[in-house]
Amino acid sequence: MTTPVLEVPVLEVRGLRKHFPIRQGLLGRVTGQIRAVDDVSFSIAHGETLSLVGESGCGKTTTSRCILRAIAPTSGKILFRDEHGDAIDVAGLDRKGLRPLRRRMQMIFQDPFSSLNPRMTIAEIIGEPLLVQGMRDTRERETRVADLLRLVRLPAAYLNRFPHAFSGGQRQRIGIARALALNPSLIVADEPVSALDVSVQAQIVNLMLDLQDQLGLTYLFVAHDLSVVKHVSHRVAVMYAGRIVETAPTKQLFTSPKHPYTEALLSAVPVPDPRRRAHRIVLEGDVADPSNPPPGCHFHPRCKYATEQCRTEVPALTEIEPGHAVSCLRAAELSLRGVASGS
Amino acid sequence: MAEPILQVRGLSTYFFADEGVVRAVDGASFDLYPGRTLGIVGESGCGKSVTARSILRIVERPGRIVGGEILLRRHSGQVVDLVTLPSDGSAMRQIRGGEIGLVFQEPMSSLSAFHTVGVQLIEAIRLHSPLSKKAARARAIELLALVGIPRPAHRIDAYSFELSGGLRQRVMVALALAAEPHVLIADEPTTALDVTTQAQILELIARLQRERDLAVILITHDMGVIAEMADDVVVMYLGREVEKGPVDAIFHAPRHPYTQSLLRSIPSVLAEPRARLATISGSIPHPLARPAGCPFHPRCPDAMPGRCDADVPVEVSFADNHVTACHLYTEPVA
Repeated sequence: MTTPVLEVPVLEVRGLRKHFPIRQGLLGRVTGQIRAVDDVSFSIAHGETLSLVGESGCGKTTTSRCILRAIAPTSGKILFRDEHGDAIDVAGLDRKGLRPLRRRMQMIFQDPFSSLNPRMTIAEIIGEPLLVQGMRDTRERETRVADLLRLVRLPAAYLNRFPHAFSGGQRQRIGIARALALNPSLIVADEPVSALDVSVQAQIVNLMLDLQDQLGLTYLFVAHDLSVVKHVSHRVAVMYAGRIVETAPTKQLFTSPKHPYTEALLSAVPVPDPRRRAHRIVLEGDVADPSNPPPGCHFHPRCKYATEQCRTEVPALTEIEPGHAVSCLRAAELSLRGVASGS
Repeated sequence: MAEPILQVRGLSTYFFADEGVVRAVDGASFDLYPGRTLGIVGESGCGKSVTARSILRIVERPGRIVGGEILLRRHSGQVVDLVTLPSDGSAMRQIRGGEIGLVFQEPMSSLSAFHTVGVQLIEAIRLHSPLSKKAARARAIELLALVGIPRPAHRIDAYSFELSGGLRQRVMVALALAAEPHVLIADEPTTALDVTTQAQILELIARLQRERDLAVILITHDMGVIAEMADDVVVMYLGREVEKGPVDAIFHAPRHPYTQSLLRSIPSVLAEPRARLATISGSIPHPLARPAGCPFHPRCPDAMPGRCDADVPVEVSFADNHVTACHLYTEPVA
C-alpha cells in the first residue's frame, strides 16, 4: 500500500460545527440545538482517500455537505487549496465567492437512478458542467465527453442515449464521468456503491481505485459499509454522534482499533464465512441522539469499558501513534479486538 | 432430522405484464425444518422476495403462481398445499400470521403510524386466539419484553414514529410472533438498519429460534448475513435456483460459477486495504430479456457456446444435499 504524501493537504477541516435549531410552537422559537457536527477536524492529502464512516445520524453526510457548501457551517474552517496552491476558507464564502471553487469540488451521489436528468442524453449530462464553465465549442466538448466515457469504460455509442436505457452500474459510471469533467481537486462520494448489487458494486469500487491511480484523484468517501471502506481507503475516520472518535490508516484501524465504538462496529460486520461466526459485541441501546447527547463521552451509555469518569469528562481526540488519533479516556490501557487481515 | 414443516416443490410465479411475461420464480424447490434457518440469497430480480410472497399467497397482480406445490404441515399435523387454497380465504388468513409469521424490511412502512404499538399487537393476538382485551394486552407486554424492548409496559402505548429503527424492527418481530407461528419468514429484516442494530436484530432472531424451535426463511442479498445465520442456503439468479446446499458447502465448495463469482466479488473487512475486487462482467439483464439457456451464461466465465446459451441446465445432486443447475456438472454423479 502506498500512502501518498504531499506537504500541503487538498482539504483541511478545522473545528467544524453544524448545529440545526429545533423550533417549536407558533412563533417557531428555538428550543434546542441538534449538534449534527460538533467540532470535527481532519485533512486529506493530494491523491488520498479518506473515508468518513459511522451509523445514521453520526454527522458524516452533514460534514460532507458543509464541505461542498450545500449548507453553511455554524462555525469552523474549511481550508480548500485552489489551483494556485492558496488555501481558501470555504466556510466563510458567499455564493459569488464559491462559484470559482465549485468546479474544483465534485460529488458522486448514492442513487444513480435519481441523480441523472431523465430528459438529457448522456452527452448532455456529461457535457453540461463543461458548458457551464465556458467550453462553448461543440466539437471540443464532444471530444472531451468521449474521453470521459472512455475513462469510465463505457462505449462511445452510448452518447446519444437517455439514462433510462442504463443499469444502475452504468448510471453510476455516467455520474463519475460527469464528476470528472472539470478535473476536480476533490471528489466527495457519498455512499456511491450502497444502492448497487454486489456484482456491480465490485466494478465501481475497482473503477474508483483505477481512476485515482490514473489521475491522482483525491476522494472524501462517505460510507456506512466498513467492508467497502476497507477496499477504498488510505485512512478512515469513525464518527459517532457528531464527533470523530477515531482516525487511523486503514489497516491500523481495522486490525488494532483503539476506540470501543470502532471495536463494536468492526465486530458487528457479518463476515462472509460460516466458519468465522464471530463472537460479537452486541451493543445495548441505540445510537446517541444528537439533539440530546449524553454528557461526557457520547458513547459511554453503550460502552462496556465505561468508568465514572467517562460520564462527566469529554475525551479529546488525541494522537497516540503517528497518524492514529482516538478520543477515549481509557485508550492507553484498553486492549481491543480488531479484525485479522489478509486471511 | 425431523420432518420438514414446509416443502416447496417446483414453485413458479410469473408476472403477466403488457410487455411480456416475467418469470419471477421459475421452479424453486426446497425444504424447511423446525429449528433451522434456510437462507435465500441473490441480487435484485432473482426472485427471492417473490418466493416469500408466494408462500404467504400475497403475490400482487399481474403476478400469479402458475405451478408447483407449497406443502405446509399445520399445527394440527395435517399437510396442506397452500397453492390450492384461495388466497383470501379463511384458511389462508389463519395461516398468514397464525402459522407463518412475517418480518419485512421496512418497519416504518409496515407498522401503522395511526395506532399505538399496543393496539396493533393486541389486534394481531386476538385475531388468532380468543383472549379478552385485557389478557391480550398482558400478552402484548410479554411479547415486547420477549423481543428485548426496555420498559415494555410503557412502550406499549408508543406510536411507531416515536421508536428508533431498531426498536421498530423488534416490534415487527413481536407482531410476527404474536400468534406463535412455527415458521418465520424474514425478508431483508436488517437491510434498512445500521450495522450495530443489525447485529442486535440477528441475535434476537437467532435466540427466538432456539427458544421456540422456529423454522426460519431468511431472505437477503447480503452473503455476510447468510454466512452468519443460515444452516442451508438457496442461491437464486433471475428467477432460477442455481445452487443450494448446506451453508459450509456453499461458501467453501461452491460449484456454480455464479456462486463462485459472487463470493469472490464481495468486499470484506478481512481484505487487504485497497485490494481490487474480483468482478462479474456485465450487469443483471432486465427480467423481460432473460437470456435463453442458462440465465447466467452471458456473464459466466465458464460458459460453453452452443450449450449454455441453448439448453436450460437441469439440477445435478451431489453428496450432502448439495445441488447445482449448471452444464459443467451434467454428467451423472454417483
